[in-house]
Amino acid sequence: MPEELKVGCARPTGGPVGEEPKEDISEQTTNKEEVKAMIKVGRKAPDFIAPAYYKGKFVNVKLSDYLGKWVLLCFYPGDFTFV
Amino acid sequence: MSIDSIFVHKMWNDYELSKMVKGGIPFPMLSDAGGRVGTIYGVYDEDAGVETRGRFIIDPDGVIQGYEVLTPPVGRNVTETIRQIQAFQHVRKTKGAEATPSGWRPGKPTLKPGPALVGKVWEVWTTKEAFD
Repeated sequence: MPEELKVGCARPTGGPVGEEPKEDISEQTTNKEEVKAMIKVGRKAPDFIAPAYYKGKFVNVKLSDYLGKWVLLCFYPGDFTFV
Repeated sequence: MSIDSIFVHKMWNDYELSKMVKGGIPFPMLSDAGGRVGTIYGVYDEDAGVETRGRFIIDPDGVIQGYEVLTPPVGRNVTETIRQIQAFQHVRKTKGAEATPSGWRPGKPTLKPGPALVGKVWEVWTTKEAFD
């Protein structure tokens, strides 16, 4: 399902889907407070696109492409950490 | 998902994880450089510059049914996560007609909320059921 990604020397990044680019810092701060309140059980999971390593390939993964399936989204501190 | 690049994900999978999991990691290892996704999910630790152990169960409608966040030194219980997904799937299959009491796992009795059950849970469920 995820589309393959062409990688160059830049480190690919993703981010939230549908978020406007921010113009100044004060706006960014208020925006941050708002987005923090977005996570609640029973509410929609915020959509995002992120590059991924998947079975030998680099791909782009978009959360909303998985509608119709159960998704387990796990965050962890870092590769090569121990737990 | 972590703040590591996809290149580091590849090295971790190929060099170490594939020695623990036959065939390597079977799901996408997502990269969130800068922690932008982790920030909106409330799991990005700005001081440490890493993401904490957040785990989100998202249903087929894209709705978050449950989450858990742990600080880095303590690992998760995968069995408990799978149990929760099975419980949410059962509730969804019954369109909410059944609820799963504490300690439920597939095969154990569910509850059918409604006027007849009010004050009568003690007749159909014991605290022993809360444990494995």
